Amino acid sequence: MAKRVGMEVALAVAEAVGQCNIDMAAVYPITPQSHIGEHLSDLVADGKIDAEFVTVESEHSAISAIIGASGTGARVYTATSSQGLMLMHEILPIASAMRLPLVMGIANRAVSGPLNILNDHSDIMPQRDCGWISLFVENGQEAIDLSIQAFKIAEHKEVNLPVCVNIDGFQLTHMVEPVEFPDQELVDKFLPARVPFATLHPSKPVTMGAFSMADYFTEIMKAKDEALKNSKKTILAVWAEWAKMFGRTYKPVETYKAEGAEILLLTMGSMSETAELAIDELRAKGLAVGLVKLRLWRPFPFAEIKEVLLSAKKVLVTDRAVSFGGPGGPVCSEIKAALYNEKDRPTIYNCIIGLGGRDVTVADFASMIKKVAEEEANKNADTYEFWGVRE
Amino acid sequence: MTKKSGPAGWQEITTGCVVLRPGSASEYHTGSWRAQRPVWNNQKCIKCGICYVFCPEGCVAQSEDGYFKANLDYCKGCGICAHECWSRAIAMVEEG
Amino acid sequence: MNIVENFDLFAPRLINKKELLSSGHRACQGCGEVLAVRLMCKALGENTVIASATGCMEIISSMYPTTAWELPWIHVAFENAAAVASGVEAGLKALRRKGKIADRDIKVVGMAGDGGTMDIGMQALSGAMERGHNMLFVCFDNEAYMNTGIQRSSGTPMGASTTTAPAGKVSMGQKTWKKNMAEIMVAHNVPYVATACPSYPLDFIRKVEKAKKVKGPSYIHCFSVCPTGWRCPSDQAVSLGRLAVETGIFPLFEVENGKYKLSSEMPKKLTPIKNYFKSQGRYRHLGEDEINMIQGGVDREYRKLLNKVQCLAAWD
Repeated sequence: MAKRVGMEVALAVAEAVGQCNIDMAAVYPITPQSHIGEHLSDLVADGKIDAEFVTVESEHSAISAIIGASGTGARVYTATSSQGLMLMHEILPIASAMRLPLVMGIANRAVSGPLNILNDHSDIMPQRDCGWISLFVENGQEAIDLSIQAFKIAEHKEVNLPVCVNIDGFQLTHMVEPVEFPDQELVDKFLPARVPFATLHPSKPVTMGAFSMADYFTEIMKAKDEALKNSKKTILAVWAEWAKMFGRTYKPVETYKAEGAEILLLTMGSMSETAELAIDELRAKGLAVGLVKLRLWRPFPFAEIKEVLLSAKKVLVTDRAVSFGGPGGPVCSEIKAALYNEKDRPTIYNCIIGLGGRDVTVADFASMIKKVAEEEANKNADTYEFWGVRE
Repeated sequence: MTKKSGPAGWQEITTGCVVLRPGSASEYHTGSWRAQRPVWNNQKCIKCGICYVFCPEGCVAQSEDGYFKANLDYCKGCGICAHECWSRAIAMVEEG
Repeated sequence: MNIVENFDLFAPRLINKKELLSSGHRACQGCGEVLAVRLMCKALGENTVIASATGCMEIISSMYPTTAWELPWIHVAFENAAAVASGVEAGLKALRRKGKIADRDIKVVGMAGDGGTMDIGMQALSGAMERGHNMLFVCFDNEAYMNTGIQRSSGTPMGASTTTAPAGKVSMGQKTWKKNMAEIMVAHNVPYVATACPSYPLDFIRKVEKAKKVKGPSYIHCFSVCPTGWRCPSDQAVSLGRLAVETGIFPLFEVENGKYKLSSEMPKKLTPIKNYFKSQGRYRHLGEDEINMIQGGVDREYRKLLNKVQCLAAWD
């Protein structure tokens, strides 16, 4: 029987990873990720996981070490936040080019400067073009489920790509939530042993991480792009299998009371739960509003996004990071790009919210939506707003 | 390059651009870089093998008769073998 | 020529015949570094996995879709070879323990140039050595960033001219003493540290074999002559390495569990460094005073080493 317990989400993530028969993990401390690494090392120390836990001297070495271990055919894991992810940045596109099925938990946190330890998405957004599959979770249960699914997706023979699971730092990682762990027997059934396409072993010497000049580089980049786009099929199949085995459904784009909505609010991550309350409030007042939650950031789900957004007149995209000197938020840019070729596309509004741990309340979401509702739909919506910024 | 066809298209790129053919760099012949080539005088050669040990290309090999010679497909003509040969059995001779 | 004194006449018979780095690699003519790598591979044998840093040895050996390597080999980036090697070691260890791969001893070897070891790779190397992984790390030191065009590193010796510390009207080139990397590794208390040079192939091979047998971290600092960067004739890669040793500029020694030992190849009396400098373009600008100043530094360092050999030969 699945076990239902109250647990801090960071610990629950470590427990879930522990259910996946990992062979090696390398983690470096950083707030608010640290509880994941600490608890993983507890599980190793207690013999609950048979894995090498490598206490590296930096996040750069954490990602490098798990690449080395993954090259041998091992199932590997790391977790980080913010500056740690920025330090890993150089290695992220190498991991995806090498097509190694790494799994990384990210306790999302604002990027310095100034130094700030609290939650936003400014750490993951600069990693957008690194060729990783990038998933967002809303609550502790999703954090558990996606952490397990991540291995299956990453290691699938049609995929072989690294996967990161974005879990909002503090707001989610440090919450104690009721969560349910899937039965170990079922996890084992769901997640078979990794079958690597090549391994570092003297029985069959291979060269990994070869050097390429202009004659092959374009083809290698195209192959990587196709692999990432193609991974969506597997992601959908894995989610279908999960739903069948564990009864919880996941989709690239999820909705809440979006039917017949004229205004759609778009969120990512743990703020979606707050946004739902605002939608409830406004629906009760008779406003035709709904919520769209973006779960799959890469590969970007163009078809699914179009399907849900095109029926609305206005879309309010919230971003938790800034593309400085650019079009506003990175999520909004993507949404606009997805809808650009559509004739009857909705007007897009963009609010940048919740930077560096700034609280966003139900009332905030309600005010944002009301403001959009009052504006006449027009093409002047190319602006973006730092919501709640003091003048 | 002795490859018969042109470079592979993107669909033929090996997963993760892993190279599965160990030692395949030998398809590329570095001998064309050479300006001078080593010539052994077997009358002076004492078969010590220093030329073999010190060749950065690993292209000097011992024949069945015990004497050494360089594989000119790869020899870059650096001259280390001639310089190190203590019995002065190797001379560097201009190519062409 | 006293090679025969120091060199077994029938060297090839003692050396592993199998080439594990194939011909066709793109190293420059007379590259002392690729020679060292070739000899290292012979000493390591087939039960080896190599993690290489970015650098000359990486680009000359792994031009996609081909490879010169006959050993399992991985390259990720410049500064992280030691971290990657530590991951390979941890991965193999776990898979072996869990019965997922055959029960077989495999030595993991990290390799990098002087930049990838002493500068940008220092942190990852320090971490890997401190953590005690069962791995050997070999630094192939050609005393500058040769792959990017002869820029100075912390391995560049005093007085050498490089493209970022050039000799000029008011500069003698490099104005700092070479970082003593082997001593930094000794300070990590790893079981085995050695310096080596491919000009002494049997000594080098023996040291690699010794390091391979260590259960835990070991480090070899290998002097690698670079004719391109040092502006010397390509046929002198081996003889210059020998001169570096004979002048005491690059002394050969071993430190086993903290105990120092000078290698038997070291001469009783050192040769003046000007003999070593004269065929190298990177030192051509140096005047007598400067050479004397550098000679003073070389002598001082060598005396320091001899003192350690004397005082730390056996202490427990």
